[in-house]
Parts: sequence; C-alpha cells; structure tokens
Amino acid sequence: MTLSRKTLLAALIAATTATVAPHASAGTLTIESWRIDDKALWEETLLPAFTKANPGITVKFTPSAPPEYNSALNARLTAGTAGDLITCRPFDVSLDLYTKGRLTKLNSQPGLENFPDSAKVAWQTDDGKDTYCMPMASVIHGFFYNKKVFADLGLKPPTTEAEFFAVLDKVKAGGKITPLALGTADQWETNQIVFTSLGANYWKGEDGRKALIAGKKKFTDADVTAVWETMAKWAPYLSKGYQAQTYGDSQNLFGAGKAAIYPAGSWDISYFQQNGLKDFGAFPPPVRKAGDGCYISDHTDIGMGINAASKNKADAEKFLTWLASKAFADLYTNKVTGFFSLSKHAITVQDPVAQEMVGWRNKCKSTIRLNAQIMSRGQPSMENELWTVSSQVMNGKMTPKDAGARIQAGFAKWHKPAAQ
Amino acid sequence: MSAPRLRSRWPVLVFLAPAVLIYTVFSAWPLLDTLRLGLYATDARGVVSFAGLDNFRTILVDAQWSAEFWNAMGNNLKFFGIHMLFQNTIALVLAALLSLNGLKGAGTYRTLIFMPTLLSVVIIGFTWQLILSPLWGVAERLLGVFGLAHLFAPWLGLEESALNTLSMMSVWQFVGIPMMLIYAALIAIPDEIIEAASAEGASAWRIFWEIRLPLILPTLGLVTILTFVANFNAFDLVYAVKGALAGPNYSTDLLGTLFYRTFFGYQSQVGSATMGAAVATVMFLVILCGVGAYTVLVQRRLQRHTF
Amino acid sequence: MRKSSAHPAVSRGFVHLVLSGYTLLALAPLLLVVMNSFKARAAIFDDPLAWPTADTFALIGYTKVLAKSQVLGFFANSAIVTGVSLVLILLLGAMAAWALTEYRFPGDRLLSLFLGFGIMVPIRLGSVSILEIIVALDLVNTRTALVLVYVAQGLPLAVMILSEFIRQVPGELKDAARCDGVSEYRIFFQVILPLIRPAVATVAVFTMVPIWNDLWFPLILAPSEATQTITLGVQQFIGQYATDWNAVLAALSLAVLPVLVLHALFSRQLIRGITAGAVK
Repeated sequence: MTLSRKTLLAALIAATTATVAPHASAGTLTIESWRIDDKALWEETLLPAFTKANPGITVKFTPSAPPEYNSALNARLTAGTAGDLITCRPFDVSLDLYTKGRLTKLNSQPGLENFPDSAKVAWQTDDGKDTYCMPMASVIHGFFYNKKVFADLGLKPPTTEAEFFAVLDKVKAGGKITPLALGTADQWETNQIVFTSLGANYWKGEDGRKALIAGKKKFTDADVTAVWETMAKWAPYLSKGYQAQTYGDSQNLFGAGKAAIYPAGSWDISYFQQNGLKDFGAFPPPVRKAGDGCYISDHTDIGMGINAASKNKADAEKFLTWLASKAFADLYTNKVTGFFSLSKHAITVQDPVAQEMVGWRNKCKSTIRLNAQIMSRGQPSMENELWTVSSQVMNGKMTPKDAGARIQAGFAKWHKPAAQ
Repeated sequence: MSAPRLRSRWPVLVFLAPAVLIYTVFSAWPLLDTLRLGLYATDARGVVSFAGLDNFRTILVDAQWSAEFWNAMGNNLKFFGIHMLFQNTIALVLAALLSLNGLKGAGTYRTLIFMPTLLSVVIIGFTWQLILSPLWGVAERLLGVFGLAHLFAPWLGLEESALNTLSMMSVWQFVGIPMMLIYAALIAIPDEIIEAASAEGASAWRIFWEIRLPLILPTLGLVTILTFVANFNAFDLVYAVKGALAGPNYSTDLLGTLFYRTFFGYQSQVGSATMGAAVATVMFLVILCGVGAYTVLVQRRLQRHTF
Repeated sequence: MRKSSAHPAVSRGFVHLVLSGYTLLALAPLLLVVMNSFKARAAIFDDPLAWPTADTFALIGYTKVLAKSQVLGFFANSAIVTGVSLVLILLLGAMAAWALTEYRFPGDRLLSLFLGFGIMVPIRLGSVSILEIIVALDLVNTRTALVLVYVAQGLPLAVMILSEFIRQVPGELKDAARCDGVSEYRIFFQVILPLIRPAVATVAVFTMVPIWNDLWFPLILAPSEATQTITLGVQQFIGQYATDWNAVLAALSLAVLPVLVLHALFSRQLIRGITAGAVK
C-alpha cells in the first residue's frame, strides 16, 4: 500500500477513526484470561492488593469469552497484540504455546520454589527441565448434596457405591426431587466431572494414570471399563430428557433445590451461594467397596505465564513473584471460592464447603484428570473422544466395552507405548 | 444488448477500484494466504514445511479423518436439503402473499417476520433451547394443549433428531432473507401483466404458477445459490448451541464446525493451521463445484426478463 | 395508482391468517426473551412462559447491565461501525456491481469470479493474516479496522445481489441518457441508483445484521474497552461456568433494540422506493 493510498483511505473513513494504540509502557501490565467469572474479584480485590504492594504498576485484567479464549489468544499472539501476562491452561495447550516461542522460560523465576513438583508438572516440558507458567490454583471434584432433601429423607452422604445407589433409590422413590442433576447435552461434564473423578477410585489415581501412559494398562481393562458401566447405571436417576440438559440447566436444577445430588467441581461453590442455595454440603466420589482407599481428582487448572513478546517483562516478573506469595494464595483461595492455591503455603480456607473439599486431600490421594497429560496430544484428541464416548454411554448408545475399545484404539494410533 | 461504447476507460476504474482494493487487501489476500497453508504441514515444534497434497490425502483417506469429514459432508447436505425444502418454500409463500396487491399491513408483517434474522445466535440458541428444554417444559406444555405431549422428546440431545432440530432453528432464523429477495422481485413485475391476465379470467392461483413464478426464476436461482453457500459455510448456530464438538456424537457436525475445530483447536486439541487450511480448501472446492454446476446447468437456461 | 378491482381476488381472510400465524411464530421466541429479562432468575426457570408478576418482576438484569458496563459506549461503537460499514458496502458495492454488469472489459468475468470467491470461503480462515495486516497499518483497537474488514466481507454478497437487480434495469433508459451526453457517473447516481433502491434497502437490511452481531472480529481486532461493540460487551456476563442469566437476557434485549429500529427505518425506505418506482 503506497503512502498516498493509505492517506486516502484514512481520509475516507476519518469520521470513525478513534486510534487507541496500546503502547506498553513501564508500569502497565495487561492480563489475558478466560475467567470472566472472576473479573469483578480481580478488579476490586486482587489487583488493588498487588498495586498496594507494588506501587507504580497498573494492571488490567481483560478476559475473553471462554470458548474463544484459546483461538483468540493464538490469533493475538501470532499478530503481537496479546497482553503481557497470559493465563495458562494446564498441559498441552500451554506446552504448545511455549514450544512455539510465545511464552518465556521461567526456570529462574523467584517464587517457583513455593510450589510442589506435582503442581509445576502441568506447566513444564515433558522432561521436566523447563517451566513456562507459574502455577496458580487447582480445582477439586466431587458431589454436592442438598442438605434439606437429605434431612427430609433421613439420608447420610454415601461413602461406598452401594450406599450411593441406595441414596439415589430413596430419592427417586420419594418422587418429587430429581436424584441426580446431570445432563449430557454439553458433554464435558461426563468426562471432566464424572469419568475422571469417579474413575480415580477405579484405576487408583496416579498409579493407574501413569500406567496407562506407559502402556502397562489399557482402557479395555476391566477396572477402566467398570467406570463406564457404573456411569451407565446412573441414567434412570437423571431427569427426563437429560440428553438435552445443559450444564446451565443442571446448575439451575440443583440451585433451585429440585435435585438431591449434583456432580460438582469446586468452582461451583460460589455460584450456588450467590444464587440462593445456602444449605448444601459436599462428599467425595464413593469408593467401590467399603474399606478401599479413596482418590480425588485434584486438578491443576490455572497458571500464569509471560508473553515472550511483552514489552514490560520486568514488571511481569514482579507480578509472577507476587502470585507465589502467601498473601496472594490466601486472597485467591478465599475470594475465588473453589479454586485452591497450589502453593505450599498453609492457608486457612474460610468457606465451609471449600474447607470440606480441600480437607479431602488429607484422607484421600490426589490425582489430576486422567487424560490431561500427554494423552490428548495426538489425533484423535482423547479429550474430545472421552467427551463423546462418556456421553454416549450415559445416553445408552454405546456399551462400556466399546467405549474402552474406542479410546484404546484411538490412543494406540499415535502413542507408541499404548500400541504394544 | 451490446456493451456501450465509452469515450474513456476511467469510469470503469473509478467504479471498481475502491471495492476491489478493500476487498483484495482485507479479504481475498488473507484468505488466499491462509489457503496456501493447506499445502504445508506443521510438526510438533511448529515448524512448517511443504507437504504437497498430503493434507488432502489425509482428509479423504485416513480412516479417522475421512470418517469425520464425510460425516460432516453428509450432515451439511441434510442441512441444505432442509433449508431448500422449508426455508425457501415458506419464503416463497410469504413473499407471494405479501406482494398481493393492496394488502393491508404488508409493511408491518414484513418487518415483523424479518425479525428473527436480526437476532444474534446467542439469543436464538438460548431461546430455542429454553423452549425445547425437557426440564423447563415449554414445548412439552404447548404440545399438551393439542393432546400431543407424548410426542415430545429431548430433540436437541438425541443423535437422530439433533441436526434436524438445529436445521429448523436455522430455517426459522433466516426465512426473512429469501423472503425479502423474492418479494423485491415479485413487486418488480409490472401491474399491467397481472391485470391483463386477470382480465382474461385467470385465477390467482394460475397467475401465480404461470406468470409470476416463471418471471422470478432468476431470483429463485439466486436464492438457491445463496442458500447453498450459506449452508455449506454455516457455523455460528451450531457453535452457539452445541459448541465446536457438535454433539451428540458429531451428529450436528458441519463442515464449518469441523474447520473451526481443526484450525483453532478445541479444548486440549491443539489447532493446526495447515490441516485447517486444507479443510477450508476442500470446503471452498465443494462450494465452487456447487456454484459451478448451478451456473452451467441452470443459469444459462434462465431467461432474464426486463421491463 | 393501482386499481385493485382489476386484480385477482384472494381471500383476504386466508392471507391474514397465514401471515399473522407465521408472524406469531417469528416473534414468540423474542418475546419470551424480553419477557424473561424482567423476571428474577429463579422465576425464569420456574415458569418461563409466565408473565412477570409483582413477585417475580425484577429489573436486576437491566440495572446490572446499565450500571456495571459502559453499555452506551458499546452501543455507540456498534452503531458507528455498522453504519459506516453499511454505507461503504452499499456505495462501493453498487458501483462495482454496475461496472461489472454494464461494461465489457478484459478480465471482467474473472473479476466477478474473484469477488465471488469471498462468499465461498469460511470467513474466519483469514483471521491471522487480517490481524497481521491491521497491525502493520497500526490500526489495532480502532473502529477503522473493523469497518475495513466488514466492508471487505460484505462486498462480495452485495455485488452479487445488486448485479442481479441492476441487470433488470431497462436498457432504453441508459441508452437515452447516453444519447443526451450524460456522463457515466451521472447515469449511475441519478438513473441507476434510484431504480435499484428496493434491492439496496434489502441488501442493507441483511448485511447489517452479521456486522452488528459479530463477536469474532471485535474480539481479535478491537477488544479494548474503548472500542468494544455491544455483542462483545454482552460476553462479559457469560462466564466459564457461571452465567449471569438476568444480565445476559437484559443485555441481549437491549442489544436487539437498535437493530429493530434500524430495520424499521430501512423498511420504510423500501416502501418509498417501491411506490416511487411503481409510478410510471
């Protein structure tokens, strides 16, 4: 484009020109994130706390619509218009950003020592040598239950599967309340909240997960397909027409007190509290047999890294150091209820339900979501496949055996250890 | 009609230049640039290297890719079929009724019927999901009024019916556009022709079938082509209601959602610009074939009438 | 004036029945959204079909939307971007359509095909390249960037449809004007444009909708607070897990209003254009 053409165009559309060129200057930082849910918290509580501790640095929290975050961020990173601090999704998505040179290496970042290895692994290269995001928080998965419904029917939170189904039967017999608030329309809940949470008790958490990656275990093994068998048994306890029930519908159903049990991630604690349901409790995924050791899905969910093209890396590093501090850990865990700081700092969790959930770490062994590391890397992506087969099993369209076979076949297609 | 003899070439340039310039810089060039990527492959490190037609071979031949691709193709054809059958027929009927002479309130009807087209997919997705929701029971209750409550099913969640339901939602959304185009063509027919036929005793029905319809065939052709292109690029509604994974079990997967998933990635699946570009190229070729077939087979035979 | 007595009779009752029936079908879902935007959240899902009663009536959605965000600014941005894009698409599109249908020159078929190419490819494909060009021109976070991209995208369809209607303009009018020595420019502006006004109005109405409702390009080209459009602004109420339904419904109801107004205005133009053209 010649200069005269550019001027001509500019003149043509002069009326609309409102140039706001973002020139990064020392003292300002922009955060990219998908957590629109937390925008108010960041602006009113977290960022003021940072600015107080680090005067002279202004930080802006600019979240994007969650479904578009990955794609919009990629586009902006490629063109160089992304913010200084990037909220990192765990494992492969951020690894991909790092491999493409979009995130800086954080190996010598002060503050990293405050995190255990199990937290850092979500934001490290496969060989563990390089870290590219500062861990922030994890989410824990389990079940919420309506205390009033339970009290009315004389029920206690179940610990074994037999007890779990007994509770469901009792609620169903009562007639008015839906036993289980879950739908398959959005598909992701069946994997991220149900399969990987319930299943941890079946494949024994980290042991099973690592064995699957190493090829020593297969998805066709009895203990893995048993998870789908159990899930298939849930169908009669779901609402009529659950195939068209979305996540929002499930939230509304449980929040309105019309359901007894809700398969939950800890992030939903604040949602229900803000929307009127005060009296609910939580229990961990039931174990298969009485006396079994229990496992919980304690998933490293959110971290933060620095844009390799940022013009203000110095201040960004200060921000990351602050993220590793006890002050931030305390604020984040207690303000963004349901997200638990991954740091080693000892924090008192104030919210009772959150406290209950984080307390499970003491009696149960923690594991991350089964397919989060490595397994979703190839084609077909195991995450998408698990969404599809888990939903189909619950819809009664696929047998648990076929589900296991399909996942294993897809995994073996690109992952050598699994092909043996 | 022979082309006019111009004294200079300048008018042509002046009329064309601005549009062609903006279009080339901000649309054609980026599209071509990205389509070019379809000939390359990305490895794990992000290194892009020339790969010839490998990507296309993968899409069409590799078991897993081709299954997804042909599923999306089949769904798109069904999607298009439903639009031709319902959207364009309803549009034709509405336009014919609205163009009737001296109809009171035609303007109001037209404005109101066009409203769904003005809505964003977020509203449309939300409101139809609410109506069809098995939990909050609007559709079921309405069916019950006619004693048909037993016919109700969670249509959006069942493999057999999800695509049809989404197609009908899309038909509801877009009826306004072909309606307006056909309407504009119908009112361009001079009154004298209609009056003459009416004076000779032809019924309204005959006039419609034998006079008005043949005269608007070019517009109907245009509508068909636009529907074809729009349907094979369709993406927004499915994305808003079902997400890029287009469940249940990919039954609502269209070429547009397949492209989005491949190019931008989804959840843990990392996007691949090169494979995505290949998918987009195939989409483009499909549409090009459709438009080409239409132009050769149909357009040439249509007579354009000027008055 | 048209003499209705010379026209075939169609039962008006039947016509109104069909039209009003379909109008109801077209409007009902929108009314549902607007109605529920005035209810408390629990009431929305308790009984979606119920009108807001004294108990369930709640303006909380609207107060949140109007107080929290710079909604008026978003509306202004959407209005400016859509308005300017529309004017340019119609003007430049009509000019190009006229040139392509009226004049024969080497490469005119190819140019038509080239322009048609833009309709046939998924729009988001060129996103990254577009963003790079915008960055190179230093237009990031400006409304200008959005206008340029929307014009580029709206042109192919506008040219295609306007070409169709321009072809129907009688040759005698053009020949007569040329015999009088009228310049090509005047022929275009004073003879052709008025005659295709119905088509222009039609194209305007459905070209403005994808621009107004677009989320993607504002998100990657102009996400700054100063340049956010209303569609992007509504997104802030749709979180990862927690959706603020009251605010979303209220925001969506508000977002639809300007489009309805614009549409109603254009419809009147359309009517005027038609009746003007009918008087011969």
